[in-house]
Amino acid sequence: MADTFIKIASVTVGAGGASSIDFTSIPSTYTDLCLKFSGRCDTVDNINITFNGSTTSYTTRYLYGSGSAAASASASTQYVGATNASTYTANAFGNAEIYIPNYAGSNNKSISTDSVQETNVSTVYMVLDAALWSNTAAITSLSLAPSSGKYVQYSTATLYGIKNS
Amino acid sequence: MASTYTPIATTTLGSAQSTVTFSSIPSTYTDLVVVSYAQTTASSGSPSINMRFNGDTSAVYSMTQLYGDGTSAVSARVTGQSFVYFANIPNTSASAWGSGIGSIMNYANSTTYKTVLSRSADATFYTIARVNLWRSTAAINSVTLYEGSSGNFSTGSTFTLYGIKAA
Repeated sequence: MADTFIKIASVTVGAGGASSIDFTSIPSTYTDLCLKFSGRCDTVDNINITFNGSTTSYTTRYLYGSGSAAASASASTQYVGATNASTYTANAFGNAEIYIPNYAGSNNKSISTDSVQETNVSTVYMVLDAALWSNTAAITSLSLAPSSGKYVQYSTATLYGIKNS
Repeated sequence: MASTYTPIATTTLGSAQSTVTFSSIPSTYTDLVVVSYAQTTASSGSPSINMRFNGDTSAVYSMTQLYGDGTSAVSARVTGQSFVYFANIPNTSASAWGSGIGSIMNYANSTTYKTVLSRSADATFYTIARVNLWRSTAAINSVTLYEGSSGNFSTGSTFTLYGIKAA
């Protein structure tokens, strides 16, 4: 019987941090991609995604809660979610799951992300994000990066391929 | 290693159609996961993908949702429904596609009502988290998905049912 949730690659950031976490040469043999991320940034608190090196044609619409209120926003950016920033409680990392169905298909790409921050203060965010990359190319590479700064040591990301047959 | 995330059935539409059914679902898994990548053939709006279990059209479904439209966040609840609100999907105007991921826990037991936990990503309209309840103790042996505005799913829409085993 098929085993269909398969690790393609995993990255753990080393000493000195990394301005991006990159997955290249993604095979087209799966149906969907699922990326699991545990991270912390040395400056800001966001996760931005780049497919195939392209920085255009992204839109995002997200729903978020701060611990005291819920809100929603949209933008034409590569934002897909939140993670922990440098001011957060030491050693605390944020988590995210990024799901990309039909990533190798010839229609525009939909991205669904569930991300959380956590730290010992009153305001932290959980974010549910819907993103669209209006590009019909198959996704062969992807990068996660904060809008500035670096992901710190021990941040990890694992890319899984999911087959529907 | 145990195989715990197994495709049970999948459909990629070769032409527009309104309904997809996964039938004869085995009871050998612990949970089910439904994944959709879809678009409606409508040129406006963001209709829902609705779901029914075992062909049950009676008013025994209820739902709570939290959604954002890019401006505000809203929570709402409906009861006495005849279907599960699974996910919402983009229309053809922006050539956008949407994704839905839903988990149906303990689907094969014959003691408890069944819960569906889902998230929906339509970047042109809504981001949504939902929980649905089907007030039936029957084991789920079929799942039907249909376009909620009486339209069709676009050609290329893909729906997959996975089985997850706890052991």
